[in-house]
Amino acid sequence: MASQSSPADPLDLVLGLRFFEQMLRTRNLEDEVQRLFTDGLVRGTTHLCQGQEAVSVGVCGALSPGDTMTCTYRGHGAVLAMGAPPDQVFGEIMGKANGLCGGKGGSMHLTDVRIGAYGSFAIVGAHLPISVGLAFASRYLDSDSVSACFFGDGATNIGAFHEALNLASLWKVPAVFVCENNLYGEYSPQPLTTPIERLADRAAAYAMPGVVVDGNDVFAVHETACEAIARARSGLGPTLIEALTYRQVGHSRSDPAKYRPEGELEQWLARDPILLLEHALLEQGVAAADLEVRRRAIAEEVTEALERAKSWSAPALESRLENVWA
Amino acid sequence: MGVTEITYRQAITRAMADELAADERVIVFGEDVGAAGGVFKATEGLQERFGPQRVLDTPISEQAIVGAAIGCALRGLRPVIEIMFADFAGVCFDQLGNELAKYRYMTDGQVTLGVTVRLANGAGGGFGAQHSQSVENWFLNIPGIKIVTPATPRDAYWLLRSAIADPNPVLYLEHKNLYNSAGPLGEAEPVPIGSASVVRDGGDITLVASQQMRYRALEAADLLAARGIFAEVIDPRTMVPLDLATITASVAKTGRLICVQECSAGGSWGATLIAAVVAENLELLDAPPRLVGGDETPIPYAGELEAQWLPSAERIACAAELSVAY
Repeated sequence: MASQSSPADPLDLVLGLRFFEQMLRTRNLEDEVQRLFTDGLVRGTTHLCQGQEAVSVGVCGALSPGDTMTCTYRGHGAVLAMGAPPDQVFGEIMGKANGLCGGKGGSMHLTDVRIGAYGSFAIVGAHLPISVGLAFASRYLDSDSVSACFFGDGATNIGAFHEALNLASLWKVPAVFVCENNLYGEYSPQPLTTPIERLADRAAAYAMPGVVVDGNDVFAVHETACEAIARARSGLGPTLIEALTYRQVGHSRSDPAKYRPEGELEQWLARDPILLLEHALLEQGVAAADLEVRRRAIAEEVTEALERAKSWSAPALESRLENVWA
Repeated sequence: MGVTEITYRQAITRAMADELAADERVIVFGEDVGAAGGVFKATEGLQERFGPQRVLDTPISEQAIVGAAIGCALRGLRPVIEIMFADFAGVCFDQLGNELAKYRYMTDGQVTLGVTVRLANGAGGGFGAQHSQSVENWFLNIPGIKIVTPATPRDAYWLLRSAIADPNPVLYLEHKNLYNSAGPLGEAEPVPIGSASVVRDGGDITLVASQQMRYRALEAADLLAARGIFAEVIDPRTMVPLDLATITASVAKTGRLICVQECSAGGSWGATLIAAVVAENLELLDAPPRLVGGDETPIPYAGELEAQWLPSAERIACAAELSVAY
């Protein structure tokens, strides 16, 4: 059963407003990234998480300082939710010297170790074993930190997923595996590639809890993540969370997503995570004007971050030879 | 008093034990390395001495082993992992080639990956095509990983200690046919990564050979000496970074170069070395350099066939004579 929740007390409203701003920050930033692409300012490809923002915001909002996070090439949202500076995110996506990775990583490899964002990985499933190592080290070092790991539904069909969950459960490491099930693995709908419906069922094979949550309900995601993180932190081992959500755009910028059945997008747009939260906040008595002020402030912040990043220079050519070796 | 000799296997075990004793950050894990002491008995006694928290058995999960080591290194640990037969590097090639080798560069130096990967290399034991390869060649074209190939107990001991102390990823290849070979440890003579060793002096021709082939080259040098040709034998000891200076200095003296390797020619270290000498020091050469290696086939099983596949002392000597007669 997907758990549902809604903000009920003043404390949750504070949290709700923070989530609102964080999701908007990612949404606005990715709207800009799409435009930058059209303007030829982004190279290669980029993978947007539009429509999935509640998953990363809800989970990262449940983490504590010192916890670690790894994610995928669709990782703008997760890295921002950990607190990465938007200007440096833009800078990296545009290949600037001041980008998070000095322009060497790009959109698919956003990393900010300062805030526990240990990397965005572009080989499907490859970072799951790495997240197990982060969690093992945490316990070895007597730290109480937890390792959170985001991946897509497609990753649950790759070997590294199974090896990682098996080892994580065997070693009972403090890890939380978060599957962002957006219904499509690249261009293929889940039923075409996967013989089961609920991916959380795969947790049973590794003797860990598998929890399904409405991935567009940021409070539900947050609550589920809090439970899994507390479980991991107290030494009870890993959890697999399946967050049901939807990728409102194509797989990458070159994919118009024509394979979607008619009406599907509209149905999910009506359940847009930012829209859902907005309704919940209004119901709880938050003034529409307050939300509007915040909306404008975030838009302004993102625009300023973009202008700043645009003004940065390209990396020095010699920098390409640096940091191969420690 | 005679010099104390230990076996190549004991040297490897002792290097791990000494690093485990010296540094709490060092941990050892892999398939059967704990309770069983390793399939090649190279980790025997380590779990008893250092405990199951620091010397751990894993499932047969090479991707999880390498990935977990990466995660541990991210938190400052110094994992030493075993991939058993080097051929199994194929199972975790992504973790080694795409994650371990590139992670530091992609993040512009935000992470340091002091991971030592031990693999059992080499042919001659009748293990067939999937358990006999020398895999250093697979990784030559992936910048970001050091590759070490010791041939003597002394080099095995010191190079493993150097590898574990190195803040970079190191593939440490130990040759299966050398585990029982014995020699002095050389207590006070550390061997740094990246330094070749002139194993035998000679003025007529330079033979470059590593691991098992180093001994074949020495046998060939004996055959050649009886025929009035004096070969210099150089063991590169490290494939990446390769000590080209020591090899070039020898070629400057002899004018002739032969690389002896346990693999076919295409994309091999010998081919790379010859290309480098020809491109940068053609004037030093009095004859075309030659490559003595395995046939362009997988490694066959039957004793007669495998022996034919491997370069013999006589084949090496013949190549040297052709070079001298050129």
